[in-house]
Amino acid sequence: MEFINQNLDTFYFIALCLFLGIEVIANVPAILHTPLMSGANAISGVILIGAIIIMLKVEPTDYLSLTLGGLAVLLGTLNIAGGFFVTGRMLAMFSTKKK
Amino acid sequence: MAAFIDAGYFVATLTFVGGLKFLSSPAKAKSGNILAAIGMTLAVGLTFYSALTNALPAINMMIILGAIGIGTVVGKLMSSRVEMTGMPQLVSLFNAMGGGCAMLLGIIEGQQVGVSSLPLNVQLLLAGGLVIGAASLTGSMVAYFKLAGKLKDNRNRALIYMARTSLVLILGLLIAFSFGLLPMSFVNLIYILAFLSLLYGVLFVWPIGGADMPVVISLLNSLTGVATALAGLVYANKIMIAGGIFVGAAGLLLTLLMCKAMNRSLLKVLAGTFAKGKGAA
Repeated sequence: MEFINQNLDTFYFIALCLFLGIEVIANVPAILHTPLMSGANAISGVILIGAIIIMLKVEPTDYLSLTLGGLAVLLGTLNIAGGFFVTGRMLAMFSTKKK
Repeated sequence: MAAFIDAGYFVATLTFVGGLKFLSSPAKAKSGNILAAIGMTLAVGLTFYSALTNALPAINMMIILGAIGIGTVVGKLMSSRVEMTGMPQLVSLFNAMGGGCAMLLGIIEGQQVGVSSLPLNVQLLLAGGLVIGAASLTGSMVAYFKLAGKLKDNRNRALIYMARTSLVLILGLLIAFSFGLLPMSFVNLIYILAFLSLLYGVLFVWPIGGADMPVVISLLNSLTGVATALAGLVYANKIMIAGGIFVGAAGLLLTLLMCKAMNRSLLKVLAGTFAKGKGAA
Protein backbone atom coordinates (compact mmCIF):
# COMPACT_ATOMS: atom_id res chain seq x y z
CA MET A 1 0.00 0.00 0.00
CA GLU A 2 2.81 2.34 0.91
CA PHE A 3 4.49 1.48 -2.38
CA ILE A 4 1.37 2.49 -4.32
CA ASN A 5 1.08 5.73 -2.39
CA GLN A 6 4.66 6.71 -3.06
CA ASN A 7 4.48 5.93 -6.74
CA LEU A 8 0.99 7.16 -7.55
CA ASP A 9 2.30 9.96 -9.79
CA THR A 10 4.25 7.43 -11.82
CA PHE A 11 1.16 5.24 -12.23
CA TYR A 12 -0.89 8.20 -13.49
CA PHE A 13 1.94 9.13 -15.83
CA ILE A 14 2.21 5.61 -17.27
CA ALA A 15 -1.54 5.21 -17.75
CA LEU A 16 -1.88 8.56 -19.53
CA CYS A 17 1.14 7.89 -21.77
CA LEU A 18 -0.35 4.51 -22.64
CA PHE A 19 -3.64 6.03 -23.84
CA LEU A 20 -1.88 8.89 -25.61
CA GLY A 21 0.36 6.45 -27.47
CA ILE A 22 -2.66 4.47 -28.65
CA GLU A 23 -4.85 7.46 -29.54
CA VAL A 24 -2.21 9.40 -31.40
CA ILE A 25 -1.74 6.80 -34.15
CA ALA A 26 -5.27 5.38 -34.18
CA ASN A 27 -6.12 6.72 -37.66
CA VAL A 28 -2.98 5.73 -39.52
CA PRO A 29 -3.60 4.61 -43.13
CA ALA A 30 -2.12 1.25 -44.18
CA ILE A 31 0.39 2.88 -46.55
CA LEU A 32 2.13 4.56 -43.59
CA HIS A 33 2.43 1.40 -41.45
CA THR A 34 6.08 0.74 -42.29
CA PRO A 35 7.34 4.36 -41.96
CA LEU A 36 5.45 4.71 -38.68
CA MET A 37 6.99 1.49 -37.39
CA SER A 38 10.41 2.78 -38.37
CA GLY A 39 9.80 6.18 -36.77
CA ALA A 40 8.55 4.60 -33.55
CA ASN A 41 11.61 2.36 -33.57
CA ALA A 42 13.83 5.44 -33.75
CA ILE A 43 11.97 6.99 -30.81
CA SER A 44 12.52 3.87 -28.72
CA GLY A 45 16.22 4.61 -29.16
CA VAL A 46 15.71 7.18 -26.37
CA ILE A 47 17.23 4.38 -24.27
CA LEU A 48 20.51 6.00 -25.32
CA ILE A 49 19.86 8.47 -22.50
CA GLY A 50 20.00 5.55 -20.06
CA ALA A 51 23.29 4.44 -21.59
CA ILE A 52 24.75 7.93 -21.11
CA ILE A 53 23.48 8.04 -17.51
CA ILE A 54 25.11 4.70 -16.77
CA MET A 55 28.43 5.90 -18.20
CA LEU A 56 28.38 8.55 -15.48
CA LYS A 57 28.45 5.89 -12.79
CA VAL A 58 31.15 3.69 -14.33
CA GLU A 59 34.60 4.12 -12.80
CA PRO A 60 37.25 5.19 -15.39
CA THR A 61 39.36 2.17 -14.36
CA ASP A 62 36.58 -0.41 -14.79
CA TYR A 63 37.48 -1.33 -18.37
CA LEU A 64 34.86 -4.08 -18.79
CA SER A 65 31.98 -1.80 -17.87
CA LEU A 66 33.48 1.04 -19.93
CA THR A 67 33.59 -1.22 -22.99
CA LEU A 68 30.07 -2.51 -22.47
CA GLY A 69 28.80 1.02 -21.79
CA GLY A 70 30.51 2.35 -24.92
CA LEU A 71 28.91 -0.47 -26.89
CA ALA A 72 25.52 0.40 -25.38
CA VAL A 73 25.92 4.05 -26.41
CA LEU A 74 26.96 2.95 -29.90
CA LEU A 75 23.96 0.62 -30.29
CA GLY A 76 21.55 3.26 -28.98
CA THR A 77 22.93 5.87 -31.38
CA LEU A 78 22.69 3.46 -34.30
CA ASN A 79 19.07 2.79 -33.37
CA ILE A 80 18.26 6.50 -33.33
CA ALA A 81 20.31 7.74 -36.29
CA GLY A 82 19.58 4.76 -38.51
CA GLY A 83 15.91 4.82 -37.54
CA PHE A 84 15.32 8.46 -38.43
CA PHE A 85 17.40 8.33 -41.64
CA VAL A 86 15.60 5.20 -42.87
CA THR A 87 12.21 6.74 -42.08
CA GLY A 88 13.26 9.85 -44.01
CA ARG A 89 14.23 7.77 -47.02
CA MET A 90 10.97 5.81 -46.96
CA LEU A 91 8.94 9.01 -46.84
CA ALA A 92 11.02 10.63 -49.61
CA MET A 93 10.14 7.62 -51.74
CA PHE A 94 6.43 8.29 -51.24
CA SER A 95 6.51 11.88 -52.41
CA THR A 96 8.50 11.14 -55.60
CA LYS A 97 6.02 8.42 -56.44
CA LYS A 98 3.10 10.82 -56.23
CA LYS A 99 4.64 13.65 -58.26
CA MET B 1 20.24 24.19 -14.26
CA ALA B 2 18.28 21.04 -13.49
CA ALA B 3 15.05 22.92 -14.23
CA PHE B 4 16.42 23.93 -17.62
CA ILE B 5 17.21 20.31 -18.46
CA ASP B 6 13.82 19.08 -17.26
CA ALA B 7 12.10 21.72 -19.40
CA GLY B 8 14.13 20.55 -22.39
CA TYR B 9 13.11 16.94 -21.70
CA PHE B 10 9.49 18.07 -21.56
CA VAL B 11 9.76 19.78 -24.96
CA ALA B 12 11.43 16.66 -26.39
CA THR B 13 8.63 14.46 -25.04
CA LEU B 14 6.09 16.72 -26.78
CA THR B 15 7.98 16.38 -30.05
CA PHE B 16 7.71 12.58 -29.74
CA VAL B 17 3.92 12.78 -29.43
CA GLY B 18 3.73 15.32 -32.26
CA GLY B 19 6.11 13.27 -34.37
CA LEU B 20 4.01 10.12 -33.97
CA LYS B 21 0.84 12.09 -34.72
CA PHE B 22 2.29 13.63 -37.89
CA LEU B 23 3.81 10.31 -38.95
CA SER B 24 0.34 8.82 -39.07
CA SER B 25 -0.98 11.36 -41.58
CA PRO B 26 0.29 11.18 -45.20
CA ALA B 27 0.61 14.93 -45.75
CA LYS B 28 2.64 15.66 -42.61
CA ALA B 29 4.62 12.44 -42.22
CA LYS B 30 7.93 13.99 -43.33
CA SER B 31 7.75 16.88 -40.90
CA GLY B 32 6.77 14.38 -38.17
CA ASN B 33 9.98 12.46 -38.71
CA ILE B 34 12.06 15.63 -38.64
CA LEU B 35 10.25 16.91 -35.54
CA ALA B 36 10.89 13.71 -33.59
CA ALA B 37 14.53 13.67 -34.74
CA ILE B 38 15.01 17.24 -33.51
CA GLY B 39 13.44 16.32 -30.17
CA MET B 40 15.70 13.29 -29.86
CA THR B 41 18.80 15.38 -30.60
CA LEU B 42 17.69 17.88 -27.98
CA ALA B 43 17.15 15.15 -25.37
CA VAL B 44 20.48 13.44 -26.01
CA GLY B 45 22.32 16.77 -26.08
CA LEU B 46 20.80 17.81 -22.77
CA THR B 47 21.65 14.45 -21.17
CA PHE B 48 25.24 14.75 -22.30
CA TYR B 49 25.38 18.33 -21.05
CA SER B 50 24.04 17.34 -17.63
CA ALA B 51 26.58 14.50 -17.53
CA LEU B 52 29.34 17.04 -18.21
CA THR B 53 28.21 19.26 -15.34
CA ASN B 54 28.22 16.18 -13.06
CA ALA B 55 32.01 15.77 -13.39
CA LEU B 56 32.04 13.08 -16.03
CA PRO B 57 35.56 11.50 -16.18
CA ALA B 58 37.46 12.35 -19.37
CA ILE B 59 37.75 8.74 -20.58
CA ASN B 60 34.02 8.17 -20.20
CA MET B 61 33.30 11.41 -22.05
CA MET B 62 35.56 10.47 -24.94
CA ILE B 63 33.99 7.02 -25.22
CA ILE B 64 30.48 8.52 -25.28
CA LEU B 65 31.39 11.13 -27.90
CA GLY B 66 33.24 8.58 -30.02
CA ALA B 67 30.40 6.07 -29.87
CA ILE B 68 27.80 8.71 -30.75
CA GLY B 69 29.92 9.97 -33.65
CA ILE B 70 30.56 6.51 -35.07
CA GLY B 71 26.93 5.48 -34.51
CA THR B 72 25.58 8.51 -36.37
CA VAL B 73 27.90 8.08 -39.36
CA VAL B 74 27.40 4.31 -39.61
CA GLY B 75 23.62 4.64 -39.18
CA LYS B 76 23.51 7.25 -41.94
CA LEU B 77 25.62 5.09 -44.26
CA MET B 78 23.61 1.93 -43.59
CA SER B 79 20.33 3.68 -44.25
CA SER B 80 21.49 5.50 -47.39
CA ARG B 81 22.94 2.37 -49.01
CA VAL B 82 20.03 0.02 -48.44
CA GLU B 83 17.86 -1.01 -51.38
CA MET B 84 14.23 0.05 -51.28
CA THR B 85 13.15 -3.57 -50.83
CA GLY B 86 15.61 -4.03 -47.99
CA MET B 87 14.11 -1.43 -45.70
CA PRO B 88 11.94 -3.60 -43.44
CA GLN B 89 14.88 -5.82 -42.48
CA LEU B 90 17.02 -2.76 -41.82
CA VAL B 91 14.36 -1.47 -39.41
CA SER B 92 14.53 -4.87 -37.74
CA LEU B 93 18.31 -4.64 -37.48
CA PHE B 94 18.10 -1.18 -35.88
CA ASN B 95 15.48 -2.49 -33.50
CA ALA B 96 17.85 -5.31 -32.55
CA MET B 97 20.40 -2.64 -31.63
CA GLY B 98 17.94 -0.87 -29.36
CA GLY B 99 17.22 -4.21 -27.68
CA GLY B 100 20.94 -4.86 -27.32
CA CYS B 101 21.35 -1.46 -25.69
CA ALA B 102 18.61 -2.34 -23.17
CA MET B 103 20.26 -5.69 -22.44
CA LEU B 104 23.69 -4.10 -21.90
CA LEU B 105 22.20 -1.58 -19.47
CA GLY B 106 20.88 -4.47 -17.38
CA ILE B 107 24.22 -6.28 -17.44
CA ILE B 108 26.32 -3.23 -16.54
CA GLU B 109 23.93 -2.18 -13.80
CA GLY B 110 23.89 -5.77 -12.50
CA GLN B 111 27.68 -5.76 -12.19
CA GLN B 112 27.60 -2.51 -10.26
CA VAL B 113 25.01 -3.86 -7.82
CA GLY B 114 27.72 -5.78 -5.97
CA VAL B 115 29.03 -2.43 -4.74
CA SER B 116 25.71 -0.89 -3.73
CA SER B 117 22.61 -2.99 -3.18
CA LEU B 118 19.43 -1.83 -4.87
CA PRO B 119 15.86 -2.17 -3.60
CA LEU B 120 14.01 -5.24 -4.86
CA ASN B 121 11.61 -3.36 -7.15
CA VAL B 122 14.52 -1.65 -8.93
CA GLN B 123 16.26 -5.02 -9.34
CA LEU B 124 13.09 -6.46 -10.87
CA LEU B 125 12.73 -3.50 -13.25
CA LEU B 126 16.34 -3.99 -14.34
CA ALA B 127 15.87 -7.72 -14.83
CA GLY B 128 12.64 -7.10 -16.78
CA GLY B 129 14.31 -4.58 -19.08
CA LEU B 130 17.18 -7.00 -19.62
CA VAL B 131 14.89 -9.93 -20.46
CA ILE B 132 12.80 -7.93 -22.93
CA GLY B 133 15.82 -6.23 -24.48
CA ALA B 134 17.70 -9.50 -24.96
CA ALA B 135 14.70 -11.32 -26.46
CA SER B 136 14.10 -8.34 -28.76
CA LEU B 137 17.77 -8.36 -29.80
CA THR B 138 17.92 -11.97 -31.00
CA GLY B 139 14.29 -11.99 -32.19
CA SER B 140 14.95 -8.98 -34.43
CA MET B 141 18.18 -10.54 -35.69
CA VAL B 142 16.30 -13.69 -36.71
CA ALA B 143 13.63 -11.54 -38.38
CA TYR B 144 16.40 -9.68 -40.20
CA PHE B 145 18.02 -12.89 -41.47
CA LYS B 146 14.65 -14.26 -42.56
CA LEU B 147 13.71 -11.16 -44.54
CA ALA B 148 17.18 -11.08 -46.08
CA GLY B 149 16.58 -14.66 -47.21
CA LYS B 150 19.48 -16.07 -45.21
CA LEU B 151 17.37 -18.22 -42.93
CA LYS B 152 14.61 -20.63 -43.84
CA ASP B 153 11.43 -21.19 -41.90
CA ASN B 154 11.61 -23.98 -39.39
CA ARG B 155 8.30 -25.19 -38.03
CA ASN B 156 9.73 -27.98 -35.94
CA ARG B 157 7.48 -28.60 -32.92
CA ALA B 158 10.55 -29.04 -30.74
CA LEU B 159 11.46 -25.37 -31.28
CA ILE B 160 8.05 -24.24 -30.09
CA TYR B 161 8.26 -26.43 -26.97
CA MET B 162 11.78 -25.21 -26.22
CA ALA B 163 10.60 -21.61 -26.63
CA ARG B 164 7.80 -22.19 -24.15
CA THR B 165 10.14 -23.94 -21.72
CA SER B 166 12.61 -21.05 -21.75
CA LEU B 167 9.80 -18.52 -21.29
CA VAL B 168 8.47 -20.46 -18.29
CA LEU B 169 12.00 -20.70 -16.87
CA ILE B 170 12.52 -16.93 -17.25
CA LEU B 171 9.22 -16.10 -15.54
CA GLY B 172 9.81 -18.75 -12.86
CA LEU B 173 13.26 -17.35 -12.06
CA LEU B 174 11.88 -13.81 -11.84
CA ILE B 175 9.03 -14.86 -9.53
CA ALA B 176 11.28 -17.03 -7.36
CA PHE B 177 13.79 -14.19 -7.09
CA SER B 178 11.16 -11.64 -6.11
CA PHE B 179 10.09 -13.87 -3.20
CA GLY B 180 13.70 -14.33 -2.12
CA LEU B 181 13.65 -18.05 -2.90
CA LEU B 182 16.70 -18.03 -5.15
CA PRO B 183 20.04 -18.71 -3.46
CA MET B 184 22.04 -16.69 -5.97
CA SER B 185 23.37 -13.17 -6.31
CA PHE B 186 21.72 -10.62 -8.57
CA VAL B 187 24.68 -10.64 -10.97
CA ASN B 188 24.40 -14.39 -11.57
CA LEU B 189 20.64 -14.09 -12.02
CA ILE B 190 21.24 -11.37 -14.63
CA TYR B 191 23.63 -13.60 -16.59
CA ILE B 192 21.29 -16.59 -16.52
CA LEU B 193 18.32 -14.43 -17.53
CA ALA B 194 20.30 -12.82 -20.35
CA PHE B 195 21.26 -16.23 -21.72
CA LEU B 196 17.71 -17.61 -21.51
CA SER B 197 16.21 -14.48 -23.08
CA LEU B 198 18.67 -14.45 -25.97
CA LEU B 199 17.72 -18.07 -26.57
CA TYR B 200 14.03 -17.31 -26.27
CA GLY B 201 14.20 -14.53 -28.88
CA VAL B 202 15.62 -16.98 -31.43
CA LEU B 203 13.22 -19.80 -30.61
CA PHE B 204 10.21 -17.48 -30.60
CA VAL B 205 10.73 -15.92 -34.04
CA TRP B 206 12.26 -18.87 -35.89
CA PRO B 207 9.06 -20.88 -36.47
CA ILE B 208 7.08 -17.81 -37.63
CA GLY B 209 6.60 -17.61 -41.41
CA GLY B 210 8.66 -15.12 -43.41
CA ALA B 211 5.56 -13.35 -44.76
CA ASP B 212 4.51 -12.50 -41.20
CA MET B 213 7.84 -10.89 -40.35
CA PRO B 214 6.65 -7.23 -40.64
CA VAL B 215 4.08 -7.95 -37.94
CA VAL B 216 6.72 -9.62 -35.76
CA ILE B 217 9.12 -6.71 -36.27
CA SER B 218 6.40 -4.30 -35.20
CA LEU B 219 5.73 -6.41 -32.10
CA LEU B 220 9.43 -6.60 -31.21
CA ASN B 221 9.68 -2.84 -31.77
CA SER B 222 6.86 -2.38 -29.29
CA LEU B 223 8.72 -4.64 -26.84
CA THR B 224 11.89 -2.55 -27.15
CA GLY B 225 9.71 0.41 -26.18
CA VAL B 226 8.63 -1.44 -23.05
CA ALA B 227 12.26 -2.25 -22.21
CA THR B 228 13.07 1.45 -22.61
CA ALA B 229 10.23 2.39 -20.28
CA LEU B 230 11.44 -0.11 -17.64
CA ALA B 231 14.96 1.33 -17.85
CA GLY B 232 13.42 4.80 -17.53
CA LEU B 233 11.67 3.71 -14.32
CA VAL B 234 15.02 2.52 -12.93
CA TYR B 235 16.58 5.96 -13.48
CA ALA B 236 13.34 7.85 -12.74
CA ASN B 237 13.82 9.54 -16.11
CA LYS B 238 10.47 10.79 -17.43
CA ILE B 239 11.43 11.13 -21.09
CA MET B 240 12.60 7.52 -21.22
CA ILE B 241 9.39 6.35 -19.55
CA ALA B 242 7.21 8.48 -21.83
CA GLY B 243 9.11 7.67 -25.04
CA GLY B 244 9.19 3.97 -24.19
CA ILE B 245 5.50 3.78 -23.39
CA PHE B 246 4.49 5.78 -26.48
CA VAL B 247 6.40 3.31 -28.61
CA GLY B 248 5.13 0.34 -26.63
CA ALA B 249 1.47 1.39 -26.93
CA ALA B 250 1.64 2.73 -30.49
CA GLY B 251 3.69 -0.29 -31.57
CA LEU B 252 1.19 -2.73 -30.14
CA LEU B 253 -1.73 -0.97 -31.83
CA LEU B 254 0.24 -0.81 -35.07
CA THR B 255 0.92 -4.56 -34.78
CA LEU B 256 -2.79 -5.22 -34.48
CA LEU B 257 -3.57 -2.88 -37.39
CA MET B 258 -1.00 -4.65 -39.56
CA CYS B 259 -2.52 -8.02 -38.68
CA LYS B 260 -5.91 -6.65 -39.63
CA ALA B 261 -4.59 -5.34 -42.95
CA MET B 262 -3.27 -8.84 -43.67
CA ASN B 263 -6.49 -10.43 -42.50
CA ARG B 264 -4.69 -12.54 -39.91
CA SER B 265 -5.11 -12.66 -36.18
CA LEU B 266 -2.09 -11.89 -34.02
CA LEU B 267 -2.39 -15.24 -32.23
CA LYS B 268 -2.25 -17.10 -35.53
CA VAL B 269 0.83 -15.14 -36.57
CA LEU B 270 2.55 -15.94 -33.29
CA ALA B 271 1.58 -19.59 -33.39
CA GLY B 272 3.44 -19.75 -36.70
CA THR B 273 0.62 -21.66 -38.35
CA PHE B 274 -0.92 -20.72 -41.64
CA ALA B 275 -4.65 -20.30 -41.34
CA LYS B 276 -6.13 -23.27 -43.14
CA GLY B 277 -9.40 -21.60 -44.07
CA LYS B 278 -8.07 -18.22 -45.14
CA GLY B 279 -11.45 -16.70 -45.82
CA ALA B 280 -12.70 -17.63 -42.36
CA ALA B 281 -11.05 -14.68 -40.63
